[in-house]
Amino acid sequence: MLDFLASSSFFAIALTLLIWRLANVLQKKTGSMLLHPILVSVAAIILILLASGIPNSAYQQGMKPFSWLMTPATVCLAVPLYEQIRVLKKNLPAILTGVLCGTLASLFCVGGLCLLFGLDRTLSVSLLPKSVTTAIGAPVSEALGGLGAVTVTAIIATGILGNMFCQAACRLFRIHDPIAQGTAIGTSSHVIGTTKANELGAVQGAVSSLSLVIAGVLTAFLMPLMATLF
Amino acid sequence: MKYLYQAGMIVLFTFLGEALAALIPLPIPAAIWGLLLLFLALCLKLIRVEQIRGCSGFLTAMLPVLFVAPTVNLMEQAQALLGSLPAVIAIIAVSTFLTLMVTGRVTQALLDKKKGERDHA
Repeated sequence: MLDFLASSSFFAIALTLLIWRLANVLQKKTGSMLLHPILVSVAAIILILLASGIPNSAYQQGMKPFSWLMTPATVCLAVPLYEQIRVLKKNLPAILTGVLCGTLASLFCVGGLCLLFGLDRTLSVSLLPKSVTTAIGAPVSEALGGLGAVTVTAIIATGILGNMFCQAACRLFRIHDPIAQGTAIGTSSHVIGTTKANELGAVQGAVSSLSLVIAGVLTAFLMPLMATLF
Repeated sequence: MKYLYQAGMIVLFTFLGEALAALIPLPIPAAIWGLLLLFLALCLKLIRVEQIRGCSGFLTAMLPVLFVAPTVNLMEQAQALLGSLPAVIAIIAVSTFLTLMVTGRVTQALLDKKKGERDHA
């Protein structure tokens, strides 16, 4: 039975989508921001794999056709960008400067704290690209000797933090302008934060998508330089 | 058939992104090249949004669930994290809010400046 589940072509995807559905229902029922569907799903799947003895490698093999969608899904972020092109064009200098400052702040803050806490090079390099989307962060981290899964986890944690608290943080830091809000959310918490930005408004969502792309590209270029610090 | 055509267009741009990533020796992944190419094609009116909208909306809406499987990998790399867990949590929390604040304040200051100039003119 377990052998069949481990080698099944559809078990992993069916399990993931079922758990995803339950996690979404759970969040809606409880209204708790802490029970983010990604967190709950990951915890539940790890527990199921550990309890059943199905190896993670078999689960990942089963998820491959699904994970394959990550690249085209990221490509499709071009559509919301294009639909808000007029807002973007008019405010491009402010958005670009904001994203550049934010990306530098992120890299130097993470790098500085890693040195301060005395983390080793592998862990530091894994944490550096934590504010950009997985499609960029994970390959860049691995190319420089980081651990892919640690990077992905840091990226997810960052995204969920942004998703949960960006509205409160914008209020706290008095960021009222929808364009500034979108820039801040996209630069600090990539795609997962952008989901929230889309709920705040179409302008916030589009600017957030644009910002996460620029922040990702900047980070990809700056990472090799930052990694020499360790 | 409409959705098949839309999926085909999206896969085509993803493939072009993959080809660029292979040709250009920069640390930019296929997804970002594809995104830039699709954005360019939309701006140059080579394709219309209607030619991909249904499928692209479906894909961007499902992005969050695509993050689940890569994160499950953590069960194999957890020992690298466990020793430094408090430090890692502090780093993630502090840097996320600092980045949000710096980006938002800088952008808003520049936008306000521009607005002020326009009001004076």
